[in-house]
Amino acid sequence: MKRTSLMLAALLLAGTALPARAADAPTVQAPVAAGDFAVTNATVAIGDGSGPIAGGTVVVRGGKIVAAGKDVAVPAGVPVIDGTGKWVTPGLVTAMTDLGLLDVGAVDESNDSSAASARFSAGLDVSLAVDPDAPPVAVSRAAGITRAGIAPAAANAIFAGQGAVIDLAENGPATMQPRAFQLVELGERGADLAGGSRVAAQALLRNALREASDLARRSGGKAASDAGQPVDALLTRVDAAALVPVVTGKQPLFVHVERAADIRGVLALGKQFPALRLVIVGAGEGWRVAGELAAAKVPVLASALADLPGSFETLAATQSNVGRMTAAGVRVAIGGFYDLDQPRYAPQYAGNLVGLTRVPGATGLSWGQALAAITSIPAEILGEGAAFGSLKPGLAADLVLWDGDPLEVSSSPVSIYIDGKPQSLVSHQSRLRQRYRHPGEGALPKAYE
Amino acid sequence: MIGQSAMHVLAGLALLAAPVSGMAESKSAPAAAPLWQENPYPSTYKPYPGEPTAIVGATVFDGTGGEIANGTVLLKDGKVVAVGDAHLAVPDGYKRIDGTGKFVTPGVIDIHSHLGVYASPAVPAHSDGNEATSPTTPQVWAEHSVWPQDPGFSRALTNGGVTTMQILPGSANLIGGRSVVLKNVYARTVQAMKFPGAPYGMKMACGENPKRVYGSKGQMPSTRMGNLAVDRQMWIKAAEYRKKRAEGKLTDRDLAMDTMADVLDGKILVQNHCYRADEMAQVIDMSKEFGYKVSAFHHAVEAYKIADLLKANGICAAIWADWWGFKMEAFDAIPENAALLADAGACVIIHSDDANGIQRLNQEAAKARAAGRRMGIQIPDGQVIRWITLNPAQALGIDKQTGSLAQGKMGDVVLWNGNPLSVYSRPEKVWIDGALLFDLADPKRRPVSDFELGLPGEGDVK
Repeated sequence: MKRTSLMLAALLLAGTALPARAADAPTVQAPVAAGDFAVTNATVAIGDGSGPIAGGTVVVRGGKIVAAGKDVAVPAGVPVIDGTGKWVTPGLVTAMTDLGLLDVGAVDESNDSSAASARFSAGLDVSLAVDPDAPPVAVSRAAGITRAGIAPAAANAIFAGQGAVIDLAENGPATMQPRAFQLVELGERGADLAGGSRVAAQALLRNALREASDLARRSGGKAASDAGQPVDALLTRVDAAALVPVVTGKQPLFVHVERAADIRGVLALGKQFPALRLVIVGAGEGWRVAGELAAAKVPVLASALADLPGSFETLAATQSNVGRMTAAGVRVAIGGFYDLDQPRYAPQYAGNLVGLTRVPGATGLSWGQALAAITSIPAEILGEGAAFGSLKPGLAADLVLWDGDPLEVSSSPVSIYIDGKPQSLVSHQSRLRQRYRHPGEGALPKAYE
Repeated sequence: MIGQSAMHVLAGLALLAAPVSGMAESKSAPAAAPLWQENPYPSTYKPYPGEPTAIVGATVFDGTGGEIANGTVLLKDGKVVAVGDAHLAVPDGYKRIDGTGKFVTPGVIDIHSHLGVYASPAVPAHSDGNEATSPTTPQVWAEHSVWPQDPGFSRALTNGGVTTMQILPGSANLIGGRSVVLKNVYARTVQAMKFPGAPYGMKMACGENPKRVYGSKGQMPSTRMGNLAVDRQMWIKAAEYRKKRAEGKLTDRDLAMDTMADVLDGKILVQNHCYRADEMAQVIDMSKEFGYKVSAFHHAVEAYKIADLLKANGICAAIWADWWGFKMEAFDAIPENAALLADAGACVIIHSDDANGIQRLNQEAAKARAAGRRMGIQIPDGQVIRWITLNPAQALGIDKQTGSLAQGKMGDVVLWNGNPLSVYSRPEKVWIDGALLFDLADPKRRPVSDFELGLPGEGDVK
């Protein structure tokens, strides 16, 4: 059992001034820095689309990945965690979720994910409301999620507002990148929010982009401007200013559409406004326009297993959607995750896409592609591919050690690191599990256990 | 069992005035006569033809908890003929299916589905699962809402190996109405999907949903105590109705009371949506107060807190593997729920309540087992398969017909291309009553509902 060595490593990483592996290590030792360790003899998956490496090593120094792979030497003095029987992956990344915006979805008071009566839309900034202590954050962290794009949900206009990128480290502050993307609805939901039709949604969007472009010109490209809006403007100054980084290409625009025709419409929009950095979210029928998506180099965030015609914009839904788009050269991440459909299900979804490769006529993902779809690709989509999401040198040491194949439903994390720091696996759920190991009251009520 | 006797034979109803039949003269006083059909929408399901089939060389989970390595399963005339190990001889005339490296289970059973009553596409025109106009609607029957062209049936079959489902009304109401048990075989009519001889269920709901739906309309119930009060008032009424019915003193027929009286008679099984442990305990007392039995608590996310109580009362917990936190009464859900229940000897069922989840009940069961293993509870594969086969069959009252691979039972069988408790495995072939209705390798054995014909994708088969 590796418990002892893992605990020792955790102590070391917590900054306790213990000598590092004195028996094995060379004699001269500097004190071990926090965030310095190595995992050896594990099955290592880089997260870049490559397959798992048996007997691999990962070296972490100063909270960054130094090396990961087969023939990696462990520098002298670096504490070693024996990963025999374990798998190591990058921390899982969710590109869009509501983590930190709610405690309990159906408890409105605790839920900041949407604002149906708000005065603003594009200008809404979730980074001001993200709560790293919300219970779903701890539950997701214990499942191996280490970074996430936090998105608001549109409720009063086609623009939902500005999402943020957070880490899920315990004892935040969590926000690492506020105002990381803007989200707009252009499918059925957008039509509803725009007044009843896609036609209206398109008109609203184009008007908004033009008003933001005008504002950018008037203010010399700065979003934070005192330049007022024209009297006939539809956007508030706050909303127009929030769209300036979108129209100038400084901030990605996430567009939620599902049906093939709507995806084509978004690609056309990209030609009309070439500065836009488009990401398509949803894309339930993306496989039907996969070649066009690939040619436009527009990445996609899609559900893995949505195979029902749940609406008239997803009539062509299929589990092969992600596989077919990926095969066509589209960068596809699995997501988003909201409410009941929580980020912790990502490995199961990815695993199912691997299983799909054994279904005649269907298109799935290789194991390496499937892991990339929940690690490095969502990181890229968030614009953070050089910061986290894989085990490449220089990236944040977000690691998950698993007790088996991480895409298998029987596996789960045994330890988790964010920026090289060990993370707690304790949650409301784990405490309940302990309390109710055996039903029935003991010498005192359960409330005393 | 419902359907065994075609007609109620009661006396004293106004309908007696009508010249119904001559049966009354054969009974002793008070004169009895058929008053209404007890089973007016009978099953017209007919198994499709199959050929005698022998699945050999597979690992067989028989549904009872058993596991047979290198097993043989024989199907003929729609039934399981025999199940055994490699020594079981395959008679002449059987088509041999090589199951080497593969796995066999009984057809998967979902005890909690809304397919057909909340069909895809999920447009308001398809919202037929909650008669949310009164907190108690035992008079409605889910089968009168089911749209047999729901594309979801095909996905449940091809991805999930689901051969039998209970379709329930929703949980807006304290008493939501009758459920219906269906075979997962597309048909032009609901009647032709109905599981022959399955008892009806009656859907009840605790907790947040009824009090929210009706409280927001300014009517009772708006609280949990209101929930129980309305329920109890209904049971009092039902008990009186049942007594009159038995004594032949009914003067008016009441559809709602028919259903509830049949529950009190033990003919209809109560399927009770209930999340919290304390509320389940209240319902157990209510069931004793009025003399009925709860067959299963559905969505019982806190069942692990009262595993002993559920075991003592013989009530199954029908649960998700790991849904958590989406509403207040789901805040104490834990993924170890199933394993803790099993460890305490209580009955576990993994259910879906979801058109996507029903496609992966095998994986959900696997997740629930793994959570237990991590806290030191070991549960063999075969027992885990029982959570999605024989246990739901028992809680539906159809375990004599299906749910396990035993001689004489329906030939409802799934051949998986790997261990069904792995994320990488899929159904390879599915037989229902001995008929091959899904074959991974044969596009002709893949159903497409009317709705999807000619539309893009055409049922995920393009």
